[in-house]
Amino acid sequence: MTVPSISITMTGSGGSGVMTAGNLLLEAAGRAGWFGLMTRSAGPQIRGGEAAAMLRLSSEPVLSHKDRYEILLGIDWKNADRFATEIPLDGDSIVLGDGEPPKVFSEAAGQQFQVDLQKIAKGIKGGRPNMVALGVAAALVGLPESSVAQVVEKALKRKGDEAVSAGKEALRAGMEAAAHLPRFDQLTVDAENPDPLAVDNPSNPRWNISGNEACGLGAVRGGTRFVAAYPITPATEVLEWLAPALPKLGGALVQAEDELASVNQIIGGSFGGTPSLTATSGPGLALMMESIGLAVASETPIVVVNVMRGGPSTGIPTKSEQSDLNIALYGLHGDAPHLVLAPLSIADCIFTTQWTVALAEKLQTAAILLSDQALGQTRTIIPQQEDAGIVAEREVPTVLEDGYERYAVTDSGVSPMAVPGQPGGQYTADGLEHTPTGMPSSKADDHHKQMDKRLRKLTDFDFGDNWAVVEGDEDAETAVLTWGSSYGAASEALAELRAEGQKARLIAMRLLSPAQPERLAEALQGISKLLVVEQSHGGQFYRYLRAYYDLDADVKSMAVPGPLAIRPSDVRKTLTEWS
Amino acid sequence: MVTTTEHIASTGGFEDSTAGSGSCPAMAPKDYKSGVKPVWCPGCGDYGVLLSLTKTLAELQLQPEKVSVISGIGCSSRIPAYLKTYGFHGVHGRSLALATGLKVSRPDQTVIVASGDGDGFSIGGNHFLHACRRNVDLTYIVMDNQLYGMTKGQASPTSAPDWEKGKLTPGGTGINPFHPLVVGLASGANFIARVSGTDANGAVPILKEAIEHPGFSLVHILSPCITYNRDQLAWKKMVRPAPVEATTDPARAARRLMTDDNLNLGVLYKGDRKPYQPTLEPSINEVRELEGQFVV
Ligand SMILES: Cc1ncc(C[n+]2csc(CCOP(=O)(O)OP(=O)(O)O)c2C)c(N)n1
Ligand code: SF4
Ligand SMILES: [Mg+2]
Repeated sequence: MTVPSISITMTGSGGSGVMTAGNLLLEAAGRAGWFGLMTRSAGPQIRGGEAAAMLRLSSEPVLSHKDRYEILLGIDWKNADRFATEIPLDGDSIVLGDGEPPKVFSEAAGQQFQVDLQKIAKGIKGGRPNMVALGVAAALVGLPESSVAQVVEKALKRKGDEAVSAGKEALRAGMEAAAHLPRFDQLTVDAENPDPLAVDNPSNPRWNISGNEACGLGAVRGGTRFVAAYPITPATEVLEWLAPALPKLGGALVQAEDELASVNQIIGGSFGGTPSLTATSGPGLALMMESIGLAVASETPIVVVNVMRGGPSTGIPTKSEQSDLNIALYGLHGDAPHLVLAPLSIADCIFTTQWTVALAEKLQTAAILLSDQALGQTRTIIPQQEDAGIVAEREVPTVLEDGYERYAVTDSGVSPMAVPGQPGGQYTADGLEHTPTGMPSSKADDHHKQMDKRLRKLTDFDFGDNWAVVEGDEDAETAVLTWGSSYGAASEALAELRAEGQKARLIAMRLLSPAQPERLAEALQGISKLLVVEQSHGGQFYRYLRAYYDLDADVKSMAVPGPLAIRPSDVRKTLTEWS
Repeated sequence: MVTTTEHIASTGGFEDSTAGSGSCPAMAPKDYKSGVKPVWCPGCGDYGVLLSLTKTLAELQLQPEKVSVISGIGCSSRIPAYLKTYGFHGVHGRSLALATGLKVSRPDQTVIVASGDGDGFSIGGNHFLHACRRNVDLTYIVMDNQLYGMTKGQASPTSAPDWEKGKLTPGGTGINPFHPLVVGLASGANFIARVSGTDANGAVPILKEAIEHPGFSLVHILSPCITYNRDQLAWKKMVRPAPVEATTDPARAARRLMTDDNLNLGVLYKGDRKPYQPTLEPSINEVRELEGQFVV
């Protein structure tokens, strides 16, 4: 089924309040019972500068943006042409706002309208053009004034009554100014119940959350109580959410001096018995590599959330790409088996982070979680997400006698890990190869046994059904195989094709390491054509699949680098043209 | 051997897993030794440091399970395995960071960080600055032999500029040595002392005071490398007790340390800055209580 939706972008230069307007529109859509996404795009300026709030409002939760925007609304048009490639328009689109839009937009769109946002705002005491624009946008998409007014009130309350009434007045003026403009009626509001989230209907709570906040929530749900980190775009919001949350839960976040420090601090925290995590992006992950190997060798559980951005080097800090797969899988020196996972959507950032924390603790190893800018810095309206109830459980010895072996060679490969403070459990954790008691050793036998156990504990573990999402037709012969955030566009593309009567299957992998060849073979039963979709230039995922899996099908790689998001139509087109 | 294991949820955070081990018999220095045979060359100064540490721990009567010794890489950094405490022999240069994470999340542990002049002041230099500045309640002992022992005798940040035996700097480094105590003071270390690694009796009371002093304590230990610079054996005869009492005034300490010739032993500076330590007291019971902020 294809989901009815409306896509709208608002642009404005520094101080225009375009992001506020976008956030309020999203929140109001949530109040009216809709769902949606909002991605922000900004110019290179640190503060101010041109920005675009790109929204898709929908009747069901959605995972990706559409192929084009129906509405482009400029609070002003300064430098807005910089966003041209990110905001595709067509003959059915309208472009409107204050002043003359850049040619790229007016030539692409079917209709153009002038709305004097500035002038209207000037006529209202304390009125601001962004609130007028919010009113225009609300009217175009068919949101009831009551829903929008409520979110305006919530947002402006702390600025005082005057600000609230000015905001509401500007909102109404915007809605009136849009009276003569075309309406988009893809989405409807229940006239009986225009605000389904109001007090009388608390059974249907809806959340407004970003992927980075979702990672933070998943971390604490999983039991993380210590975080050390160094700020980096686009991961910082994970930390900004955790910084006030952890102390409330009896935990702590330390702002470290660099990523070498943050990863070692969390190894220390975890050694002390506390589930510990850091969040970073590519440059920080690269700095952490040596010590992630220490966590692997010393069997100290840690979680590194890596919110990917365009690379290599400083790359494109504010834009998404799935190009850190290689370093996450292969960046450690030596044979260093570890976990690599990726969330598939914003909502899934909660579950997958929680699961990753639990896995790292259970398997006493390092886990790298590959989120990305597209998930992390996008906000979405989704149903309230229940706690999956997966909690960190570390195997700790309860009775300690002489000769405790921290690195005992067990069948499962996991050895009970004493916690400082436990009498008789004293051991020295070591990155040097060691004997079962932890004594440094360069003997072949010790090295082989310890390497085997560190590998075995991952490869013999039953990860269950959460390794991937498999959806679509059991009798399909064509499948799309993808991972992480590319799931969103792929899923929508396949839903469209299936709605048109075609048979197709989608497999989106959450668990990348250790590889799950048997599970994938099962998921690919009956498939003769397989399209591998990823957002990288080098086809990193495709090559990984070739290395670890027998793909018994005709395989095609669709590897598209950032910074533009992969859209559902890209996947459709590749599939349709492939014959 | 472990006889029972159980999966225990480790989400609760930080409680001491072993409260109430009852009254314990008095601990002797040898009770802090693990019995693992050190890899050090015979005559290495680090043996004396190990002895000083076991004596200090016995003086303090600290239960071995309540102490963690954290190190990086180098001859000096091998020390944790020789002690019967908890230990972590991590990667080169990052011991202070690892120890910070441990202490902040487990303030009940006594955390000692062991390092060398290379580990601590070269590759780990940035962490040194920020550990002093952050002032977590750690005791940082740096065994200075003015060279890299483990990699077979290269110059270190504390080598004399005209030391010509460093294998990568045949004509000497020609660079002024790093002065860890001056840098430590300027960065905010809360306790600064120097001891001789070869004089355990002299070192023990100072190490004891360093461990007991709140905040970040820096102890510079002259620990000769007999293999790559035998001249350091003469340190034993050259060192002297510092001619004046420890000061609590950072300006005076700065003047003294700037003119210090590396041979004054004793406590040189004692500060009273508040240590960095999050409270770790929960104010809510459940994660669920944080979730209201997401509701539309
Ligand atoms: C990242 C990294 N670089 C280089 C080394 C090699 N290395 C090991 S110990 C050491 C120097 C140790 O010097 P110091 O801390 O003074 O210890 P000492 O052996 O003198 O006690 C070096 C360079 C390493 N282990 N890791
Ligand atoms: S090389 Fe020097 S520092 Fe290393 S063990 Fe031998 S004497 Fe000690
Ligand atoms: Mg040295």
